[in-house]
Amino acid sequence: MTVITPPETTIAPAIRTPRPTAFWRLKGFPLIPVLILVFIALVAIFADVLAPYDPTIGSLARRFRPPFWQEGGSMAYLLGTDHVGRDVLSRLIYGARVSMVVGITAVLVAGGIGTLLGILSGYLGGWADQVVMRLTDTWLALPALTFAIFLAAIVGPSELNIILILGLVYWTRYARVIRGEVLSLKQREFVRLAIVAGCSSRTIMWRHILPNVINSAVVLATLMLGVVIVTEASLSFLGVGVPPPKPAWGLMMADGKKGLLVGYWWLTVMPGLCIMLMVLSANLLGDWLRVKLDPQLRQL
Amino acid sequence: MAGQTLLSLEHLSTHYVSQQGTRVVRAVDDVTLALGAGETLGIVGESGSGKTTLALTMMRLLPPAAHIVSGRMMFEGEDLLKKSDEEMRRVRGKRIAMILQDPMASLNPLFSIGNQVAEPIRVHEGASPRTAWQRAVQLLKSVRIASPETRVSQFPHEMSGGMRQRIVGAIGISCEPRLLIADEPTTSLDLTIQAQYLNLLRDLQREHGLALIFITHNLGIVAKMCDQLAVMYAGRVVEQGPVSRIFNAPTHPYTKALLGSIPRMTDGGERLTAIEGQPPDLANLPVGCAFAPRCPSVMTRCRAEAPPEFKTEPGRSARCWLAEPLALRSSAA
Repeated sequence: MTVITPPETTIAPAIRTPRPTAFWRLKGFPLIPVLILVFIALVAIFADVLAPYDPTIGSLARRFRPPFWQEGGSMAYLLGTDHVGRDVLSRLIYGARVSMVVGITAVLVAGGIGTLLGILSGYLGGWADQVVMRLTDTWLALPALTFAIFLAAIVGPSELNIILILGLVYWTRYARVIRGEVLSLKQREFVRLAIVAGCSSRTIMWRHILPNVINSAVVLATLMLGVVIVTEASLSFLGVGVPPPKPAWGLMMADGKKGLLVGYWWLTVMPGLCIMLMVLSANLLGDWLRVKLDPQLRQL
Repeated sequence: MAGQTLLSLEHLSTHYVSQQGTRVVRAVDDVTLALGAGETLGIVGESGSGKTTLALTMMRLLPPAAHIVSGRMMFEGEDLLKKSDEEMRRVRGKRIAMILQDPMASLNPLFSIGNQVAEPIRVHEGASPRTAWQRAVQLLKSVRIASPETRVSQFPHEMSGGMRQRIVGAIGISCEPRLLIADEPTTSLDLTIQAQYLNLLRDLQREHGLALIFITHNLGIVAKMCDQLAVMYAGRVVEQGPVSRIFNAPTHPYTKALLGSIPRMTDGGERLTAIEGQPPDLANLPVGCAFAPRCPSVMTRCRAEAPPEFKTEPGRSARCWLAEPLALRSSAA
């Protein structure tokens, strides 16, 4: 008995929309990265409550204890202790605070300077544009990390200085992107209508330009968060970042690097893992936001 | 309808100068026009004839390369060319308003309708947000938007194209300007909405005693809307006067040719006439009359000498040697 195959069964595989496997994180909300970021933020906020020990005080009697699952480790020091006997877990918990505070404020500083200069340069044009853009070119020609070290060497390391330095180093990316946006906005009819209606340049920049570039600035901020955190860690690693004994992740890696050869791996791997997780999460969130907020990519 | 003179342009010239100063484009050249309060002036001409530059000159919103090289621009007894940038900014939107070529894109997608309609009122009259908002509701009502109280807090994407147009019209009249310049406001619209919009502008003009300048290349709109007509060619006004007089008896061959290229219901199946050739390069104008190379009734004199403006009737003039015999005695020379 022959059964005529219904046409649907042959057509169905062809018209079925391909499951977004490779791009799942671009389509859907990046739940895991956001949870990680929220977790780190909460840890940073409640560091005082969560940390089992004071992160700055150690005891030479219990140096280089390994994590609890290794031989010689104990449940008292879950992730072991460092070269002066400080609890690694407590230091990681307090280090989250440094990374979060420095990362977010530095991005805000960079975003503030860059957005302001980008709008001025793009909207006013003429000599203002020339000055800002040549300054940006010069800035981009400087190697960012070396420049940051140079600045840190001049003003001396402190948390506030690190924030300002990172802001000063990274504003150029905002300025470039925002200027480009402003140039295209300037040609839009509603901006021209505002000009024709007699609005002053200040009103137009504030009311018509700024709200329309905020999206790009936010996307850029999330993408920059990773860069800034890595730079902060690098500066701390190089000894010009957040001054000891404050527990910054980069600083912890620097302190632990000598121990790596003799098997004290947890001193570098643990803070390294934290940096990686935070930067990766920030970048995944940034990617998703970019697609979500960028009208040109939204259709994809 | 004509009251006292509201705007008069006297020998106004705007040139674009290249960066090295070697190329000069005479986009607007020796234009003299007058417009009475409450009157409608249509400015027609093909693309590149200087219509938009003329409008931007009147608003003093020219790009940096353009310079107003000579002339006077009297508006309500003041010379707009003598005003500072700041004074001029206070004129724009308040006393002279403008509707742009693409009203569909003229609204900021991020702000509510009320916010945008009220913007000129806040900028120019320093009105409080509350009164400005109430004015916005009234303005929406006056451009016949149904249920303005709810519409006022909606956003541009929630409006149809025709509504957005009328909202742009409302922004134009928000500060009760004396003059409204509409630069091809209907080119991006389909015909039915075009007709509605023109009717609306017409009504607004009557209600508010506005003077209107209509920049277009659509002679049908001129016939429907305008009292006065100025025909531009290569930066110059080649013929101007009352619309009915020009439509019935055009003097300049260019006007004749333009009118001859409109299809009419009455004439049966005749071919439409086209104007041969290309408009001249404004940086490289011929010595004589700019239209001479394309003119069907060109004379030897036209190629050697540019004609001055001959006043052929009161309130009417033409830049053509053919008009010389018709010229009123006082103006010839």
